[in-house]
Amino acid sequence: MENNLSLSKGKINSRKIAERVIFIFLRLVAVFVLGILGIILYFIFSEGFSVLSIGFLTEMPKEGMTEGGIFPAIVGTGYLVFFSMLFALPVGVCAGIYLQDYAKQGFLVKLIRLATNNLAGVPSIVFGLFGMAFFVHFLGFGASVLAGSLTLSLVVLPVIIRTTEEAVKTVPREIREASLALGATKWQTTYKIVLPYAFSGILTGSILSVGRVAGETAPILFTCAAYFLPRLPNSIFNEVMALPYHLYVISTSGTQIEKSRPLAYGTALVILMIVALTNLIAVILRNKFKIKQ
Amino acid sequence: MNRKKIQEILVKNILLVAALSTSLAIGLIVFFLFQQGLGIFNEYPLESESVIVVNENVSVKELSAFEIKEINDKIKTNWNEFEGGTNEPIRFFTDDKIGDDEMLMDVLRENPYSIASVDADEWKEGDKTGLREIPVPKNSLTSLLTGKFWFPTAEPVMQLGILPLLLASFLITFGAILFATPIGVAIAVYLSEVANPKISKLLKPLFEILAGIPSVVFGFFGLVVVVPFVQKLFELPVGETALVGILILSVVSLPTIISVSEDALSSVPHSYREASLSLGATKWETIYRVVVPSAFSGITTGVVLGIGRVIGETMIVLMVTGNAAVIPEGVLHPVRTLTATIAAELGEAPFGGVHFQALFFIGCVLFLITLVINLIADYLISKHTQR
Repeated sequence: MENNLSLSKGKINSRKIAERVIFIFLRLVAVFVLGILGIILYFIFSEGFSVLSIGFLTEMPKEGMTEGGIFPAIVGTGYLVFFSMLFALPVGVCAGIYLQDYAKQGFLVKLIRLATNNLAGVPSIVFGLFGMAFFVHFLGFGASVLAGSLTLSLVVLPVIIRTTEEAVKTVPREIREASLALGATKWQTTYKIVLPYAFSGILTGSILSVGRVAGETAPILFTCAAYFLPRLPNSIFNEVMALPYHLYVISTSGTQIEKSRPLAYGTALVILMIVALTNLIAVILRNKFKIKQ
Repeated sequence: MNRKKIQEILVKNILLVAALSTSLAIGLIVFFLFQQGLGIFNEYPLESESVIVVNENVSVKELSAFEIKEINDKIKTNWNEFEGGTNEPIRFFTDDKIGDDEMLMDVLRENPYSIASVDADEWKEGDKTGLREIPVPKNSLTSLLTGKFWFPTAEPVMQLGILPLLLASFLITFGAILFATPIGVAIAVYLSEVANPKISKLLKPLFEILAGIPSVVFGFFGLVVVVPFVQKLFELPVGETALVGILILSVVSLPTIISVSEDALSSVPHSYREASLSLGATKWETIYRVVVPSAFSGITTGVVLGIGRVIGETMIVLMVTGNAAVIPEGVLHPVRTLTATIAAELGEAPFGGVHFQALFFIGCVLFLITLVINLIADYLISKHTQR
């Protein structure tokens, strides 16, 4: 009897030990991946930080892009972000509101959701192919800010639709009902009650989309990105330089790759900072939003 | 009241149009992609200005692009190696030795069993006695999907087989998912089941940062850090290999796998866990035997979406895998994926030409692959939510 008891005790102990070993292992895996993230960020920050200066941000590239700054690429990315959000935001927000508040469940909604999910899964280079065939050639925009931002707006449209849906979903039914009970129409309720309530959620999604647009390369390869331009674009029908494409160019196909390496680190750092900033704002907004609820 | 109603209807329709935008986008993408991509089947793998001409005593009826390449590379040197051919050596001429296409045609006439690529205009207007144009079959689904060579600018005929590119894409995707699945699921389990909720709340945004890093930055990091590292470690002549792509893409696919799996794990009802624990199972046994199996379809969805993420990734593979469009010999060799091929070559392909259409065909293949992946994910999600 005693023997049996000690045996089962031993068994419990070994099971407990196995559990602890496995949990430590899981923790190590998480630390390992965060370590990789740390290494990536450390490399780019440590190498890129010394390059960052007012001059780097505000000067034109010089000497075959081995010296000078990245000003035109920053401006170009700014243009692309602005115009793609200009196109994608109203459409995406309206679509999100429709799907949550107006649509009746059925075939049409299923179709729209299927299309939205698939659009989100289309590889970015396929967007580039489409943009080139449709915006650049078929609509005749040429390789331009317009063609590039329209292509990018398709890339972020599903993100904006989903975040809008999520945000609209969180609006409590009581508030809507109160508004309707006071005699407001559905649109008045949407416009005056639902939208303000969901605003910060929608804003979070849009800011994340800004980060996405600023970092995308494949969709702009053939729709707007220029290898090098000595001046800034003066209309939306001009080609532009853009930060991610600039990083790709100076790190792979420049004539003096070694010489432009510091600039590449600097450019990578600027891209990372834009993305980090957008993510940070999104996280802050999200937390604020949660507290409000 | 009436004005309000009209306004309501108007608003509803405007919102509906906006909601249909994604369907419209998908429709346009399919149309323009396939319009160019399917055009390839109406084209010959030849540049429009050349024809393949033989001396009339050659009895072979037809030569495929691949067979002409074999003649060109002197792999096949006798006509009897082809269907309908007689036992005679092949004499292959090129115009760069002879110079003039009119003279080339004379040479063909004088040399029995000879073959050459001739300028189409010269052939149309020139003297055809003693000569015959040999037909080259149009591109077909089989020739494109099973062709082992991708040389879209080769002379005298293009080699448009995308098999090397397909295999490279599969190799990299398979390798990356092989690494990422266990790591991703382990982290998801850690975040959802093991870690203190406060810690996991702190860690989750860090994994989101990983998801937010643009692929061109990953590619740059791979180029300056991982490529030299792999080159040194395995003492390779070049560091740009499939392995570097696999390593970086496994990191890139992690956030997708982690977040979807984590959602699935945390949506397993607490009663399951409590039932298992009350039966005397340890926490780990509960996770391993109860929680993970219940979340299995959700975890699978994460892996499937991770596959979609990896197979469509362009900039990273373009920058770190060496861009050699050959059938992959192993992970320590340079390869080129479907996506990287489009990115690398579309800029140089003349608009509407055969090469251009071949790249759009690759785009169609990619689109269909990701469509299937998305449909599988949708199916898994609907199964999951139904339950």
